[in-house]
Amino acid sequence: MSCSPARIDFRANTQRVPREMPAAAQKATSRFLAGRAALVEALGAEAWEELRQAGHDLRLHAITHLDHYLERAERQVTAAGGRVHWARDAVEACRIVIEIARERHATRAVKAKSMATEEIGLNHALQAAGIRVLETDLGEYIVQLAGVGPAHIVVPAFHFSKEEIAELFREKLGVEAPADTQALTAIARAKLREEFLAADMGITGGNFLVAEAGTVVTVTNEGNGRMCSTVPPVHVAVVGIDKIVPNWESLAVLLKLLARSATGQKLSCYTSFITGPPRTKNERGPREFHLVLLDNGRSRMLRTPEGRETLLCIRCGACLNICPVFNNVGGHAYGWPISGPTGSILAPQILGARTAGGLPFASTLCGACVDICPVKIPITEILLHLRHRVMEGDTQEPSVASTMMRFGAKVGGLALGMPWLYRLGSRIMKIAQAPFRRNAWLPKLPPPLHRWTMGRPFPAFAADFRQWWRSRTHNR
Amino acid sequence: MSTRVQLFITCLAEQFFPGVLKRMVTLLERLGAQVDFPEEQTCCGQPFFNSGHWNEARKMARRWLDVFGRTEGVIVSPSGSCVDMVRHHYPQLLPPGTPEHRMAEEAAARTFEFTQFLVRELKITNVGACFPHKVTYHASCHLLRGLGVREEPKILLRNVKGLELVPLPGEETCCGFGGVFSVIYPEVSRAMMEAKLRAIEESGAEVVVACDAGCLMNIAGGLEQTRSRVKAMHLIEVLTAERGIE
Repeated sequence: MSCSPARIDFRANTQRVPREMPAAAQKATSRFLAGRAALVEALGAEAWEELRQAGHDLRLHAITHLDHYLERAERQVTAAGGRVHWARDAVEACRIVIEIARERHATRAVKAKSMATEEIGLNHALQAAGIRVLETDLGEYIVQLAGVGPAHIVVPAFHFSKEEIAELFREKLGVEAPADTQALTAIARAKLREEFLAADMGITGGNFLVAEAGTVVTVTNEGNGRMCSTVPPVHVAVVGIDKIVPNWESLAVLLKLLARSATGQKLSCYTSFITGPPRTKNERGPREFHLVLLDNGRSRMLRTPEGRETLLCIRCGACLNICPVFNNVGGHAYGWPISGPTGSILAPQILGARTAGGLPFASTLCGACVDICPVKIPITEILLHLRHRVMEGDTQEPSVASTMMRFGAKVGGLALGMPWLYRLGSRIMKIAQAPFRRNAWLPKLPPPLHRWTMGRPFPAFAADFRQWWRSRTHNR
Repeated sequence: MSTRVQLFITCLAEQFFPGVLKRMVTLLERLGAQVDFPEEQTCCGQPFFNSGHWNEARKMARRWLDVFGRTEGVIVSPSGSCVDMVRHHYPQLLPPGTPEHRMAEEAAARTFEFTQFLVRELKITNVGACFPHKVTYHASCHLLRGLGVREEPKILLRNVKGLELVPLPGEETCCGFGGVFSVIYPEVSRAMMEAKLRAIEESGAEVVVACDAGCLMNIAGGLEQTRSRVKAMHLIEVLTAERGIE
């Protein structure tokens, strides 16, 4: 995964989706959704709504006072003996991590699952610098072995069957691997254990950064994250600046929202709190703690009020799970590690409209994501705002629409906007459709409507209401 | 009741479902409304707004307000998404504090989707129809999430004589229309439509009902394509039935 991919062609990507992808996606997402629904019900709909509102409000507060809380976090991390690095963009973030590794002659790194490191293409950069990096989350381990990106931000390897994983293990690890979940997990576990012990550096992300304490919080289910942050002699946490929360009280609200929304758990198996390296001889753990605070377009996003709330995201994946588009294509179609509705609003703002301008259109604007989002991000409003940016440009970027597109909109606006032309048009259509017509339907149409008739016939133009209305008022 | 109703027929319904519009007039009049049809209306601009062409959408919004802004009574439409456009996006398109913005807000407040108007405004839940068929209901996204109309269409359906309302699995899942989405990403749109068709067949219904011309074009087209025996109908067609499918 490179840092700045070429233009993302969502349509071409959807045409390459493997046949098994939709069923696999739906199997994974429906399980999460069912778990979530049961927990929301147990809590009571009203209490859940209050919690969502609280989550939204405190996240919005945090990102609108980002400078204040980030400085506070930096002071606290430094006071706890950690080192804070500021990374303007993906390239700078990768360079910082590589420098930390080089200064310590580190050649082997283990890594916990982290969307921020996926976003910056850290693995690629480390490997290019000669540092071997191994993913230790089981799902990430599988996709890394297979050489593909994550298909979902929470369950990156949901699309692999146990038979495929067994085959992959046989091929890549050279071991005898039966197609049995327990056996496969045991193989990975044994393999990863060696890697944890041999690693010179552990890399994690951070689900939250508590400003008042300077504490990085990671939420995992497999315990590998804690291994990465405790076993190797150096721990580097790469955390987006948007992950900041003011205090423990706000963290409590968000933890309640996160696990329920993500995996249908009240709390994930491991919630780790990391505040600097050990301070006394009796404490165990890495000698060094580095916090890389990643901007990568986030402070720019804060400038537009219409797009700002994208930064409230806590990467729970609930919007992916509920999204009918995601459920039919899986994450790879989005051409970026953060997929689904949240990816479709984030990618264009980070990568720019030229690269990711197709993604805001990869939605029917059905709004299911808005209803499920634990921090109430107005996803459809942001999608609309970004579609506008793509077509007409705004204060952040000029339009990237082709002249044809803009011309088409002008012509369409004229035809639909002038009453006489509109009425004439509907008469012409009724005549012009004759060669295409089969009873009440138009089974095949020329471009651009051929794309509609690829899936189903188009209804025949049949406007006669105006005549009916007139004859009726006449006869009265 | 002598409520004055301005028909907001919407371009899609005008082009493809004129029968629904005629039945809507008949029904509203039978319920005692005084129905007007502002003839200069065209399209509300939703396709332009949703595809990012806000300059064109703004022009269309101004035109629509020219036509409807000075009318009396309520504005009623058989399509949830067009009402959502007027109610929520017109005020967004026009500069705040200007007379046209005030006009947009004033018009928005008296623009209703058909079932919203019947059940919430007129408090009518039984229109005296008879439709002895097994019917299922597809919740159109903008009606449901944009306007918050969840139960109204089903209340009206349940009160139709002889009608058996059966649940639709994934009732609130999008059918894959999405306006411009269906032509930009036709493969995904089709996959979503096919999932919806499977759910409709699974429901065992003879008729699937929706309250938006966009969803109806998509679902009815899909049913036609698969030679299904299930019929897609607009709610108004069921509410004006006297004997069942004609």
